[in-house]
Amino acid sequence: MDSLKHWMLGPQGSAYANDVDVLYMFLVWLSVFFFALIVFLTVYFAWKYRRRKEGVLTPNISHNLALELLWSIIPLIIVMGIFFWGFNDYVRASVPPNDAIEIHVTGKKWLWAFEYPDGTRTIGNLHVPVNRPVKLILTSEDVLHDFYIPSMRQKTDVIPGRFVDLTFTPTAAGRHQVFCAEYCGKSHSDMMANLFVDSPEVYEKWLIEGDPELQTMPPVEVGKMVYENKGCNSCHSIDGSKNTGPSFKGLYGRVEKFTDGTSITVDDNYIVESINNPQAKIVVGYEPVMPTFQGLLRIPEMRGIIAYIKELK
Amino acid sequence: MADIITTPHISGHADHHDVDYLHDGKGLRSWLTTVDHKRIGVMYLWSILFMFFLGGVFAMLIRLELLTPKETIMSAETYNKVFTLHGAIMVFLFIIPSVPAALANFVMPLMLGAKDVAFPKLNLFSWYIYMAGAFIAVAAMVTGGVDTGWTFYTPYSTTTDGSVALMTFAVFVLGFSSILTGVNFIATIHKLRAPGMGWFDMPLFCWGIYATALIQVLATPVLAITLLLLLMERSFGIGIFDPKLGGDPVLFQHFFWFYSHPAVYIMILPGMAIISEIIPTFSQKTIFGYRAIAFSSVAIALVSFIVWGHHMFTSGQSQLASAIFSFITFFVAIPSAIKTFNWIVTMYKGSVAFNAPMLYALSFLLLFGIGGLTGIFLGAVSVDIHLHDTYFVVAHFHYVMMGSTVIAFLGGLHYWWPKMFGRMYSEPAARVACALVFIGFNATFLPQFVLGSRGMPRRYYNYLPEFQALHQASTVGSWILGLGFLIMAGYLFASLRKKMDAPANPWHSRTLEWQTSSPPITHNFHEIPSVGGGPYDYYRPMGKGRNA
Repeated sequence: MDSLKHWMLGPQGSAYANDVDVLYMFLVWLSVFFFALIVFLTVYFAWKYRRRKEGVLTPNISHNLALELLWSIIPLIIVMGIFFWGFNDYVRASVPPNDAIEIHVTGKKWLWAFEYPDGTRTIGNLHVPVNRPVKLILTSEDVLHDFYIPSMRQKTDVIPGRFVDLTFTPTAAGRHQVFCAEYCGKSHSDMMANLFVDSPEVYEKWLIEGDPELQTMPPVEVGKMVYENKGCNSCHSIDGSKNTGPSFKGLYGRVEKFTDGTSITVDDNYIVESINNPQAKIVVGYEPVMPTFQGLLRIPEMRGIIAYIKELK
Repeated sequence: MADIITTPHISGHADHHDVDYLHDGKGLRSWLTTVDHKRIGVMYLWSILFMFFLGGVFAMLIRLELLTPKETIMSAETYNKVFTLHGAIMVFLFIIPSVPAALANFVMPLMLGAKDVAFPKLNLFSWYIYMAGAFIAVAAMVTGGVDTGWTFYTPYSTTTDGSVALMTFAVFVLGFSSILTGVNFIATIHKLRAPGMGWFDMPLFCWGIYATALIQVLATPVLAITLLLLLMERSFGIGIFDPKLGGDPVLFQHFFWFYSHPAVYIMILPGMAIISEIIPTFSQKTIFGYRAIAFSSVAIALVSFIVWGHHMFTSGQSQLASAIFSFITFFVAIPSAIKTFNWIVTMYKGSVAFNAPMLYALSFLLLFGIGGLTGIFLGAVSVDIHLHDTYFVVAHFHYVMMGSTVIAFLGGLHYWWPKMFGRMYSEPAARVACALVFIGFNATFLPQFVLGSRGMPRRYYNYLPEFQALHQASTVGSWILGLGFLIMAGYLFASLRKKMDAPANPWHSRTLEWQTSSPPITHNFHEIPSVGGGPYDYYRPMGKGRNA
C-alpha cells in the first residue's frame, strides 16, 4: 500500500505532505469503489438485458424517489466530509508559526532568487534547516510564476506587484525539486530550483561559508557571480560607462581622487574598505549613496570580487 | 401518422415540399444563402469537424514532442504556440459549437416537431459570425501565432510577442456566434414546441440544450468584455491587469473563469443531453427519472456560475474565498451522480442493443465516471494545491472534455448520421473505431494522472528524465487514438458515396426526429405533429400513444 502511494505521489518532504497523501489515497480508494460500482452496474445491466428479440415492449419504470434520494444524499454526505477534510488541512498549512524562518523569493524569467534573513543571497539554490518552519515571501519581477515544491505538496502563484507567502516545515533532509508551475514563456520548463534541506549545523555553516563550490571555483568566476547576484551590477558598470558608482573597468591600479582632497591608488585594501565602509572615501563626481556590505560577503567572495575587478582591465 | 411519414424517400411527383433538404436547391449558393436549420447544422458540422482535425493535429504534435525531454521535433517557442493553438481551437472553435450549433441545430427543431428554429436568418448569421471568427483565428496563427495558452493570463499575454490581439479578437467574435445560437434555441424551445408537447414531454436532449443556451447567453458577454479589456490593455496600455500600470493580474483570472467555468458546462451539458437520448433508444426503455435529469441539468447550469474560484486556489485569492469556492464546488457532484445512476438504471429490464452510438454512450458512462471522480480530488483544497497546474489537471479535464463531451458528440454523430445524410455507415468498422478511440484515449490520459500526482507541471516543453516512461506511454496512446479517428473518417466518408439507404427510424426511437424521412424534407414534417405522450414511451406499441 505504501509503495503504491510512493509510486503515485513521489517522496514526502514534510509531515504535511503525508497529511495530503492520506486524503489523496482515501480519494483514490473512494474513486476505485465508485468506478467499480459504475462499471459493474453498467456491464451487468447491459449484458443481462441485452436485446434477444426485436420489437419487444419494456416495463415503464419512470422513477423511484427513494432510490434517487439515496444516490443524492449519500454522495452529498461523502463530499461534505471531503470538503472539511481538505479545508482543515489547507488552513493548518496556510498559517505560518511565529518562529518560521522568513526567506524572500523573487521569480523572474527564468530563475528563482532567494534572500535570507542575514542578507545572504542565492540564485537557483534554496537552503533551509530541517525541522524548522519556513515562510517564503514571494514576488515576481515580470509575469506570473508559480513556486511549486512537489515533495512538500505546496505551491503558490508568484504575482508581480504583490507579496504572497508559502509555509512548510521540512522533515526530510536532502535535495528537493522546485518547479515553476505557472506558464511563463520560452524557458518555463527550465525554471527550476533546488531546495536543500540541511541539518541545523550544516545550514549554519552554509550561511557563513556559502556553497562548497565557492571553495573550488576560480576566484574570477566567484567574483563575477558576486557582481551579478549581490547587486553590484546595478551601480557599477564593467564597460567603463558612468553609472551611480565608478565603473569597475580599469579600476584596479587607477588613482582615485576623493572629495576630501586626498587620493589613492586602488588596491585590495581599498576595495575591501569601499565594500565594508563605503562612506569612508567618496570619489569626486559621485554621491555618497552606496550601502554597506559589511558581513554580507564571505572571504572567498571578497577574494573573488577583487580578482574580478583586477581582471577588468 | 407515423405510417405516413416513415415512407423514406419520395420519387416521381417531386413536389417542392416533398424533396429532402439535401436536394432542395443545388450548388454552393443555395447552401450559403439557406435559412434551413438542417443545412446550417450541416455547414456547422463540416466547419467544426475541420477544426477538430486541426486541433487534433496539434495534439498529436504535442504528444510527439513530449516523447523525449528537450527537443524532439520542435523548438520551445514552437511548442508553446502549438499547445496554445490546440487548446484555443478545441475549446472555442470545436467543443463549444460542436453539439449545440451542429447537432442540436439539426435535430432539436425536429425533436420539437417544429419547421425550423425561431429565428432562421439569425441562425445563418451566427454561422457567418463563426466563420469570420474562425478566419481571424487562422489569420492569427499564420501571422506570428500565439504563445499565451488558451487562458490568455495577464501580464504575460499583454507583454509577449505574436498575434495575441488578433486571437483574442477572434474569440471575441466567436462569442457572439455562441450568444446568438443560445438566444435562438431558448426562443425555439419556448415557442415552437409541437401542439400538445409540454415542457416535460420534450426529449431530455432539449432540456440539456436549454440549460446550455442559458449559460451561453448569460456568461459569454463576460468573456467578451474581458477580452475587450485585454485588447485595450495590450494596444493602449490602460492598466486594468498589469501591475506595472497599476492593474491587478488576478482580476483577469476572476473575469476569465467567471466565463470559462460555466463554459465547461456549455461543453459538458450537451454531451449529457445526447447520452439521455441514446440510452433510452438503444435500451428501448423509458428513461429513469426524467425530471431528476432535467432539473439536474438546470441545477448544474446555475451552480456553474458560482464555482469559478476553484480554478484559483493557488492564485493568491483569500483563504476564505478558496474555502467557499471549494464548498460550493462539491455540490456539482450531486446532479452529476444523479444523472449517472439514472442513465445506468435506465437499462434495467430494457432491451439493450450494442450499436455504435450505444457503445459510445457506455464509454461515456465509464469515462465520465473517471472525469467526475477525479474532479473530487481537485475540489478538496489541500489536495488541489498539490495537483493544480500539473498533468493531473490535464488528465482530469481531458476525461471530461474529450472522454465525456467528445465521446458523447461522436455517439450523437453516429446516432443522427442516418437522419442527417440518409445513409448508414459500416457498423463493424464503427465498432472497431469506437474500441480504438476508447483504448487510445485511456492509454493517453491515464498515465497523466500519475505524472501529475508525482509533480509534473503542465505546459512543460522539457521534463526530468524520471517522467519519461509515463510520457512515452501517453504518446503511444495518442497514436492508437489517432488511428481510431482515421478509421472513423474513412467509413463516414465512404457512407456518403453510396446511395441513400437509411430507413426513417433505424433505431426504433420514439422521439419526433425519427418520425419523418431520412433525410427529412425541407419543412421537416408533412403535417405538424401533435403529441399525446412522452418521448420515451417504449412500454406502448409504436404509433399508439405519442403521435397516435
